[in-house]
Amino acid sequence: MSWFRKSETSAAATGAAPPAGGQNGSVHVSITVNGKTAAGDIDPRTLLVQFIRENLRLTGTHVGCDTSQCGACVVHLDGQAVKSCTVLAASCDGAQVTTIEGLAKDGQLHPMQEAFRQHHGLQCGFCTPGMIMAAVDLANRKGGNLDEHTVREGLEGNMCRCTGYHNIVAAVRAGAAAMGSMRQAAE
Amino acid sequence: MAETGIGASVKRKEDQRFITGKGQYTDDINRPGQTWAVFVRSPHAHATIKKIDASAALKSPGCLAVYTGEDIAKDKVGPLICGWMIHSKDGSPMKAGVHPALAQGKVRYVGDHVAVVIAETLAQAKDAAELVNVDYDVLPAAVDVATAQNAGQPQIHAEAPNNTVYQWHLGDKAKVDAAFASTKHVTKIELTNNRLIPNAIEPRAAIGEYDSGQESLTLHTTSQNPHVARLVMAAFIGLAPEHKLRVIAPDVGGGFGSKIFIYAEEVVCLWASRKVNRPVKWVAERTESFLADAHGRDHATVAELALDGDGKILALRAKTKANLGGYLSTFASSVPTYLYAPLLSGQYDIPAIYCEVDGVYTNTAPVDAYRGAGRPEATFVVERLVEVAARQTGKDPAEFRRQNFIKSFPHATPVIMTYDAGDYGACLDKALELADKKGFATRKALSAKGGKLRGLGYSAYIEACGIAPSAAVGSLGAGVGLWESAEVRVNPTGSVEVLTGSHSHGQGHETTFAQLVSQRLGIPIEQITVVHGDTDKVQFGMGTYGSRSGAVGMSAIYYAIDKVITKAKKVAGFVLEVPHDTVDFKEGIFSSTATNKTLTFPEVALQAYIAHKFSGQQLEPGLKEGAFFDPTNFTFPSGVHICELEIDPETGATRIDRWTAVDDFGTLINPMIVEGQVHGGIAQGVGQALLEGCVYDKEGQLVTASYMDYTMPRAGDLPSYNVAMLGTPCPSNPLGIKGCGEAGAIAAPAAVINAITDALGHEDIAMPATPRAVWKAAQKAQTKMAAE
Repeated sequence: MSWFRKSETSAAATGAAPPAGGQNGSVHVSITVNGKTAAGDIDPRTLLVQFIRENLRLTGTHVGCDTSQCGACVVHLDGQAVKSCTVLAASCDGAQVTTIEGLAKDGQLHPMQEAFRQHHGLQCGFCTPGMIMAAVDLANRKGGNLDEHTVREGLEGNMCRCTGYHNIVAAVRAGAAAMGSMRQAAE
Repeated sequence: MAETGIGASVKRKEDQRFITGKGQYTDDINRPGQTWAVFVRSPHAHATIKKIDASAALKSPGCLAVYTGEDIAKDKVGPLICGWMIHSKDGSPMKAGVHPALAQGKVRYVGDHVAVVIAETLAQAKDAAELVNVDYDVLPAAVDVATAQNAGQPQIHAEAPNNTVYQWHLGDKAKVDAAFASTKHVTKIELTNNRLIPNAIEPRAAIGEYDSGQESLTLHTTSQNPHVARLVMAAFIGLAPEHKLRVIAPDVGGGFGSKIFIYAEEVVCLWASRKVNRPVKWVAERTESFLADAHGRDHATVAELALDGDGKILALRAKTKANLGGYLSTFASSVPTYLYAPLLSGQYDIPAIYCEVDGVYTNTAPVDAYRGAGRPEATFVVERLVEVAARQTGKDPAEFRRQNFIKSFPHATPVIMTYDAGDYGACLDKALELADKKGFATRKALSAKGGKLRGLGYSAYIEACGIAPSAAVGSLGAGVGLWESAEVRVNPTGSVEVLTGSHSHGQGHETTFAQLVSQRLGIPIEQITVVHGDTDKVQFGMGTYGSRSGAVGMSAIYYAIDKVITKAKKVAGFVLEVPHDTVDFKEGIFSSTATNKTLTFPEVALQAYIAHKFSGQQLEPGLKEGAFFDPTNFTFPSGVHICELEIDPETGATRIDRWTAVDDFGTLINPMIVEGQVHGGIAQGVGQALLEGCVYDKEGQLVTASYMDYTMPRAGDLPSYNVAMLGTPCPSNPLGIKGCGEAGAIAAPAAVINAITDALGHEDIAMPATPRAVWKAAQKAQTKMAAE
């Protein structure tokens, strides 16, 4: 099922010949987001964050800057954190994307989400989805026993203006530890 | 209800939607038939507009309209306002130029709004905007607040000769001059309070929508105060009558003051939506936020402290030039005057104070309130003066402060404020203990062994918050009152909705306000919903800023609850068949000495609505009460922050090793949330001191217009914070709350710079103390030491 509207391409905007494989200069993609596959034609300029927010109406992933630094747009692409504002949707053809909406399973919050609540790791909430996705990725890469320095350095790509980071660090350490215990329990 | 009442660190109710990505921020909202707006902005700091040619843009695919200042003037949609009148020393009113929503004939800062393009999609609007051809006559720009008033500088507004908006003063000049003349102990410093860009992570956004059937307008906007926006847009800008205008501020991703003001973009979106008869949506790109959000701070000050021979402060005087930018933003005039000078007494007993402030136009973005709004500027002046004075007279900076602390309350300062309650010595003692001041000398020596310079700096701050008593601010020139409103609606099933004029954009009101209600009505916190942000739901309110929502917003709720309880007791009396003045209400239960029957709160609520036990003549049915609370005074949170840091003189890198904060906020509703506010404030204060600096070049081009050039504090730049609270209840509101939202940002910069200068051994460094600046200062220190 095609989840989104056809693209518009203005003659003024695209100087070059349109890429092959779609009508009106569009490109065909099939991307699995949070376990559901979405396929259709998109404007080749579409950023992954736009695809997520506008085509799929998953607005939990946010746009906070225009230089790929704030991290509000972080999602997981084939299991790794990326800044979706700096990824073309067209390059995600055939890939698996997980957004903040895809973390909780069967109504049960992911331990990192729960940790952010327990430790007051958010205030306005705008940086939070990207922060949580980055934190999960950090724990995936570095394990469940994260020290303060590792967390602070590991969140270099995520800006928060509200919390001063103190509680975010506590939340990430607790969330990572909980993820670690879950992994061990599963083994 | 102790686990969910006042003083409990209840986990936040609003977190559920934020941690699952179900928040509803303005950009998440899309309206049927929506069009997109892109603004054409001036690339010049100062220019006249000769011609705007939109013909190519109008032919661009999907472009529906292009509007300019001429169009908006034709429709008599008025200029943006500044809502606080300031008078100069000579009694004349401030000289304000006109601030149009779309430029009329002239542009006055890079980013100034010249035209708006409306198109079917955002991409099409951007493409069309690039085709709008504006013919400018570029003028020289006056960019620097230190020189903009000089003769021969370009005149920005005809109404303000020498780019001077006002020359204001406060205090007793004669008394201060006499005090300075009487002593040879004078400490004099020159300070810059560096210009900052607020940078809430959610960019500003607006959706204007016209309903031609109802002839009414609806605005979704990122605002800290939707009712104020509605009032200003109706009464002053003339967009629609107030009762035909609805403003909705949904989830807002941070504000810090920058989302208080009524900006051009939302005015234009609303106005344009009526013209194209479709919703018009605009979302700022980050660079647009840099260019056109109200900036903060930007003061140049010369300050002096006069002491007697024993180290007692005799007088303080300061002369400040405050950059107001190219136009006056909504509260701009008040920030460097009444929100600044009245705090120049600090925590000290200073018999005489005199402050002069020039408000200056420059060809830069408008400057207005940013977290702390005037009080960080005041604290930086006072706490640097005090620290330098202590060093110059060979006294320990902590003991010098203690010697001069105010020790009895209430204390009337020479600059309007009367401080109600505090114990500054107790905060200092606790801070010294928590910071392990005793061990500092050892740590400093250890750092030195490793080639590092360790320093320790204090900041004993005080602020005027809980803004504010309406008559008082009215007499000082405010155009509005600063009370707050609440309506407590009890439903027949006993659940409660609290409609508040406050607005939560990170402060956790949905939880903290519910805690108050839970405690007082004895009902579970899950049974309470807090409603805010929609002018159709909440009748009126003044919004959230100035650390006011606890002190003022919650007090309104408190009094509304009083009325609910009074009425509920009457209902209970009828149901229990006892005189209502024998009815007691405690922990959610109505009882009476005249009977052994009791009723729960939900039971009484239902009875209030089914109204079987009393007649309409005896008592009106229903259980819903409102209150407006106007505080009798500002509140005065205060505290002591101690910053200990280490400088690497080879790289200039500064590492904050430990941060100690002991704050007096009076009553704490939710300590977890209060600490979070302190953390966030400290981070912004450290950002100002070490990292952030808005830079315009001499042509008025904004050089720091993205995160590539403007350094935001990240987790790796900051330490963990050691935060403690010592409360002396505030006597001017029923809950004893002082407020906590701005404290960290107010205290921090002085603590950091005092620590750096302590480490360096000289005072010659300005904010932001970047590694480059610190390295240079460290070289200077080494040269000085070598010379000695």
